[in-house]
Amino acid sequence: MAEINKIEVKDLDFYYDEFQALQDINLEIKENKVTALIGPSGCGKSTFLRTLNRMNDLIEGNRVEGKVIFDGEDIYNKDTDVVELRKKVGMVFQQPNPFPKSIFDNVAYGPRIHGIKKKGELNEIVERSLKGAALWDDVKDRLHESGLSISGGQQQRLCIARALAVKPEVLLMDEPASALDPVATAKIEELIDILKQDYTIVIVTHSMQQAARVSDNTAFFLMGVLVEFDKTERIFENPSDQRTEDYITGRFG
Amino acid sequence: MLLLMKNKRMFIDKFFRYVFLGFIGVALLILAVLLYDVFSAGIKMLDWDFLTRFDSRFPEKAGIKAGLFGTLYIIALMIPITFIVGISTALYLEEYAPKNMLTNFIRLNIANLAGVPSIIYGMLGLGILVRTLALGRSVLAGSLTLSLLVLPVIIVSAQEAIKSVPASLRNASYAMGANHWQTESKVVIPTALPSIITGFILAISRAIGETAPLIMMGALTFVMFTPEHIMDSFTVMPIQIFNWTSLPKKEFELVAAAGSSVLLTVLFILNGLATFIRYHYSSKY
Amino acid sequence: MYNWGDLMKTSILDNTEKEKSKASIFKRIFYHLFDEKIRYMSSGNNKNIWVNYLLILTTAITLFTTVGIIFILLSNSYHFFKEISFIDFFTGTVWNPLIKPNTAYGVIPLVAGTLMVTLGAALIAIPIGLGSAIYLTEYASPKFKKIVKPVMEILAGVPTVVYGYFALTFITPRILKPIFPNIMTFNALSASIAVGIMILPMVVSLSEDAINAVPSKIRSAAYAMGSTRFEVASRVMVPAALSGIGSSFILAISRAIGETMIVAIAAGMRPQLTASFLKPIQTMTGYIVQVSLGDTPVGSLDYYTIFAVGLLLFLMTLSLNVISYFILKRYREVYQ
Repeated sequence: MAEINKIEVKDLDFYYDEFQALQDINLEIKENKVTALIGPSGCGKSTFLRTLNRMNDLIEGNRVEGKVIFDGEDIYNKDTDVVELRKKVGMVFQQPNPFPKSIFDNVAYGPRIHGIKKKGELNEIVERSLKGAALWDDVKDRLHESGLSISGGQQQRLCIARALAVKPEVLLMDEPASALDPVATAKIEELIDILKQDYTIVIVTHSMQQAARVSDNTAFFLMGVLVEFDKTERIFENPSDQRTEDYITGRFG
Repeated sequence: MLLLMKNKRMFIDKFFRYVFLGFIGVALLILAVLLYDVFSAGIKMLDWDFLTRFDSRFPEKAGIKAGLFGTLYIIALMIPITFIVGISTALYLEEYAPKNMLTNFIRLNIANLAGVPSIIYGMLGLGILVRTLALGRSVLAGSLTLSLLVLPVIIVSAQEAIKSVPASLRNASYAMGANHWQTESKVVIPTALPSIITGFILAISRAIGETAPLIMMGALTFVMFTPEHIMDSFTVMPIQIFNWTSLPKKEFELVAAAGSSVLLTVLFILNGLATFIRYHYSSKY
Repeated sequence: MYNWGDLMKTSILDNTEKEKSKASIFKRIFYHLFDEKIRYMSSGNNKNIWVNYLLILTTAITLFTTVGIIFILLSNSYHFFKEISFIDFFTGTVWNPLIKPNTAYGVIPLVAGTLMVTLGAALIAIPIGLGSAIYLTEYASPKFKKIVKPVMEILAGVPTVVYGYFALTFITPRILKPIFPNIMTFNALSASIAVGIMILPMVVSLSEDAINAVPSKIRSAAYAMGSTRFEVASRVMVPAALSGIGSSFILAISRAIGETMIVAIAAGMRPQLTASFLKPIQTMTGYIVQVSLGDTPVGSLDYYTIFAVGLLLFLMTLSLNVISYFILKRYREVYQ
């Protein structure tokens, strides 16, 4: 199967006021693959993830230079509709953050703000999304209980279902398992494996084992610079940069 | 005692522990005495007739009907005004306002308004509402005066409530492609609502107990009717109580106690409601 | 790369552009009330910006309130100071505006009465309030707090007219009379005590907030060095929270100065310079209530006196509130 570039990042610089958080990033995110972003904390991997759906726009004093080409269009183009962009590029956060609403309303949130009002259609979307996030069987009898009443792992899958409900093409995951126990983590990882059939996934993780387990490609960041980007096996078995090897083997970080 | 303690530091620690506990005890004791004093005297006068009778020059015939209805009318008018204005101002300051000199001044101004003595609001009501806008000494004027008085309190407590909504929820909403107003109206306000309402109820109960600004703006003290229209004149419960305490006849003390009992009961119910809402919803976020 | 500011100027302010001279002021004010980022986040399809206008409109009410207060106080005081000189007002030691012909307009007795009551209230509320706050933050179990805090809220919710009744019918005859047999029915002491009780919950809760705002790692460090709880409280937590606590004291004092009903009921109506707490006095607020209860004709000098006294009261509380605001603001910045 030919690999298609879903997102191409070209010469991307990112600044918080005076501080340059990302420097000259170039990489391609392949369609229907899992791309892992690794690196020590503060290396810019989360910042980079947030440039892909322009969540950084919300931060005071940010500045972006360079291009992020998604489906052939630069998302930093003046005419980009951020609402449309974020519909297509969904996001799952580090801490499970369901809204204090019912499970149903959590999943229906996205479709509703994008104008879907019919009950039947919403029911269908909610069921499909919860099934997609492997949560349907756990919660189908209590869709109207609070999204906060379920366990942490389930909450994170609920957040994934919520992101799936707007039919994104890309899913950004910012350390989605870091707040979860090992069992729940394993479930999320299994889920990522299934999701990549339909979605392009970019995942930030601080766990190298997790990157090795779930991803196809891995990007290693250090101090705002993309040090190395390659097939995951290569990064972990035979990295070409000394710094990558030092990090992988645990000499720092 | 000191000799028995092996360690002087430990003694000092224990000693102050009981001193501080004693202070709290004093505060609670005062409250208990106050409630006992008011209710034990009030109960002698308090019956259904007291609630349904107008005031009188004879203590045994005095009732609080006019004040009870006046308070109800005032509050009923205040609730929508202060709720809408309070939440929108808090929302603006927390979620919409840029940070600059002008908005900082608005914040300072609100903090200061919260500390302006209530009687000054009475002067504002008298000068602007009663005279300049010619609303007269009406329910409407009284209600607007008290609205201005409690707004800063409502705004500040609503700001706190909005501030406590975790940023992660806002981010989740934006990440789904929601715009700012969708995020505010569908996520931030619903999440903050229980604590907004708690603060709101407490502020309204403060307004119910307010006396000075309404006396200042010219609410009546002796009233033999209930208001039927927002432009009618009125009295409220605390003003009637004040009037009774200032009458020379000793028996009016009992009437004042009975009025205070009614007022306190209303306030306790509201206070309980606020506490209930707080504890009922605080487990969630 | 984007200049949201420019975008905004053109769209919001086009209409005002025509009236050039006035527009520039409006333009500048409006410009400062919109957040460029919010404007952009409200967009996508750009249709919810009306909310921003609406919210600014309601927020403006708070500014109008202040303007209204200042206007009313100044415009009416102006008529007063046309007749009575500043010097007579601020330095005169006799306050007798209502009984002709020996009228005198020296505000000092009223200010002294106010300060007496405030001083007495502060002496009661500050130690008890701070001690209670220390107990609640450093000693009390969560369960104890869960019971005591709502009770404190009840104390805070008691209307001042009820406190006044309590001072007049309980504190004076049953508590003070046995101790000071020559105490008068209306006296400064009972009012001080009642005002002290009234501001107590405020001191407790604000001091508690101030202590809680100190990062708990500081507390842990102090315990780790073997301090007793009292040492942690008195040498670490309270000093660290001092400016927050101080600002709560100032706010409480400002509240005591402006308190009206308690003094109107319990302190009497005699504006006199006295050092005795056992005698009746009159405070600034008490005087204002006295006049507004009577049938003083609008436009008379008597009527304007209350605005002059009100203006002084406003300035006193305003300066305390502003001081407290800035202390607190700086304090919060330290711990953020």
